[in-house]
Amino acid sequence: MSEHQQVEGKILTLPFMFLGVLAAIGLYFLGVRFTDGLGAVANINSGYPWGIWVVYDVVVGTALACGGYALAFVIYVFNKGKYHPLIRPAILASLFGYALGGFGAFFDMGRYWQFYNIAMPSNWNFNSVMLEVGLCVITYIFVLFIEFAPALLEKIGAKSALRWLNKVLFFFIALGVLLPTMHQSSLGSLLIIMGSKVHPLWQSLQWQPLMALLTALTMGFSIVIFEASFAAVGFNRRPETPLLARLSKAIIWLISVFLVVRLAELVLRGKLGFAFAGDLAGNMFLLEMALFIFPLVVMLSRGRRDNARLLLFAAVSLLFAGALYRFNAFLIAYNPGPGYSYFPSVPEIMVTVGIVAIEIMAYLVFVKKLPVLHSAEHA
Amino acid sequence: MKRRDFLKAAAGGAAALCSAGSAEARPNKEPLENAIGILYDATLCVGCKACVRACKEINGLPPVIMGEDVQYDASRGVSGSTYNVIKVYKNGTSEAKDREIDGFSFAKKSCMHCVDPACVSGCPVSALTKNPVSGIVQYNADTCIGCRNCMVACPFSIPQYEYHDAKGQIQKCLFCNQAGVERISQGLLPGCADVCPTGATLFGTRKELLAEAKKRLASKPGETYTYARGRASDELHTHEKDAPAYQQHIYGEHEVGGTQVMHIAGVPLKKLGMPELPERSYASIAEGVQHTLYKGMIAPAIALAGLAYVVKRNTSKTDQDDPDGQNSRRPGPNNDRGEP
Repeated sequence: MSEHQQVEGKILTLPFMFLGVLAAIGLYFLGVRFTDGLGAVANINSGYPWGIWVVYDVVVGTALACGGYALAFVIYVFNKGKYHPLIRPAILASLFGYALGGFGAFFDMGRYWQFYNIAMPSNWNFNSVMLEVGLCVITYIFVLFIEFAPALLEKIGAKSALRWLNKVLFFFIALGVLLPTMHQSSLGSLLIIMGSKVHPLWQSLQWQPLMALLTALTMGFSIVIFEASFAAVGFNRRPETPLLARLSKAIIWLISVFLVVRLAELVLRGKLGFAFAGDLAGNMFLLEMALFIFPLVVMLSRGRRDNARLLLFAAVSLLFAGALYRFNAFLIAYNPGPGYSYFPSVPEIMVTVGIVAIEIMAYLVFVKKLPVLHSAEHA
Repeated sequence: MKRRDFLKAAAGGAAALCSAGSAEARPNKEPLENAIGILYDATLCVGCKACVRACKEINGLPPVIMGEDVQYDASRGVSGSTYNVIKVYKNGTSEAKDREIDGFSFAKKSCMHCVDPACVSGCPVSALTKNPVSGIVQYNADTCIGCRNCMVACPFSIPQYEYHDAKGQIQKCLFCNQAGVERISQGLLPGCADVCPTGATLFGTRKELLAEAKKRLASKPGETYTYARGRASDELHTHEKDAPAYQQHIYGEHEVGGTQVMHIAGVPLKKLGMPELPERSYASIAEGVQHTLYKGMIAPAIALAGLAYVVKRNTSKTDQDDPDGQNSRRPGPNNDRGEP
């Protein structure tokens, strides 16, 4: 009936229960955050108001959740239908990534009980990049839910609802391409107002939105390759390597444009010298560059990108590259001046680990209960 | 064909974007006509911290206590319970006041009340606003969501969130004019300037203070100079003192578009914890980028129309082949079908 099917197997496996323990620890510390305040759990301070809850859970987390966005672009805009088997798991992963990014933003808010104020037009400050990010992410979570709804409707056999939804789905798919373009670029624009606190190697001012968008797309494609490779191994399914290898072409272009813009900005503004300063920021920059260039080398050769193992390594390298670019800009090379330092506390890290554990557990439940993964015997 | 359609739509969006862009890149904001301010002259400061105490009393902030010896407020920096703090710079033998080498100086840290404030620009819910008359950067806890974008945006790291309160809020200097205090509106001085015994913290309009700062910097070291106390325009409460060797730098005249609280000193301001900043405000750059992309939501609307059209075309063929509408929206395997 459908090209997608659920994976056989029981829910309560050993890895699932281990994830459950991590989730419980994370939720405990999250409870402490609500009873005793942010300072009781997190090491964020006067100089470093944004710690890993913002930078990992929201900034990196939503970029890792760009698989649905990147694939929707290829399938529906550039009309490459052959990638369709990958879209449903990608949309599902995006839905969880964004929902938990939104949840992360919520519990990180110092005045979360007033969060609805961002939805009140009378409060809107149109000069604020944060306003765009907030409203756009909230809207996109709803759009992802609608994009995933066909899987739910197929499961419960709601044929008329499915037919009706399919008539209007094109509009939500279009929104699902537009909204991440907007807020993923804005997540980069957040750095502009942070001015000289952001290290010159990452403070590209007007170029921030473009660089954030390009790296969000590379991370989106990489996570699709990563998830499909793991689903093939973990659920003992036919690997989709030939299909994944062809995604490399899009990735090659994205990395190339990114590297050209990134390096040109540094050269033209005379900042390239910082890269070879031998300090933490310079070395982090070089590491970041290496993580971007390795996948480019792998994917440029046909022989290498058809190798499932190498392709997976390239995708993982690119995920780390995009994540490190964000971590460097927002935290590692961020400098509020002398007298301030930040390293996440153990409870703070456990909250983030717990959130990721919940995300993976939910993904496992969904692929086992709903028609998400593509049928193995499909022609 | 399809790709060409998309490119056409994209080009339309880019055109709208460019036309909006040229109109929206804005320069720094200009200082308000009647902006008020403070001039902090480190060479007059004796480090008594009367300003810190007065600030806490007027604003109902608890003292910061360190160790057993509770005699004095021990604030080391601005925090949820400290709006204004006096720090000390020491070098080598610390022999002479206001000297960089083997000398010492006092320094002040408090809200600079920027002419073009980054915190106001970044706040998504307008909890931070700039008073259109006085230029005071004001805060409304009732709309604040606690995202702390103001904190990361402020080049001076001034706004402070109360991390150890489950219901914390942002705290910063409100120029003693917030609801319930309203000293400026009543014609009074802000607490810090009111109690300063030497006039090191001097209140006035930004214009008056800038003129006074320029006059001081033009004075010859050693010549007798008459310093006002409390208010820059006060000709009654003054004292005379030999002018020190000032650094030729009024901090806040130009930094990030200018500030309403300005500092002068005998030691380079950078040594006193004031960051080196460009003249162009980061708020003007961020807003320029944002309004270029989102002016009237024209570019996003055009992009959405283009995308909706292309997606509809690329998915409709499958619908017709599939009378039940049950199959997922998979376009035909041959993506070049339909090309001429």
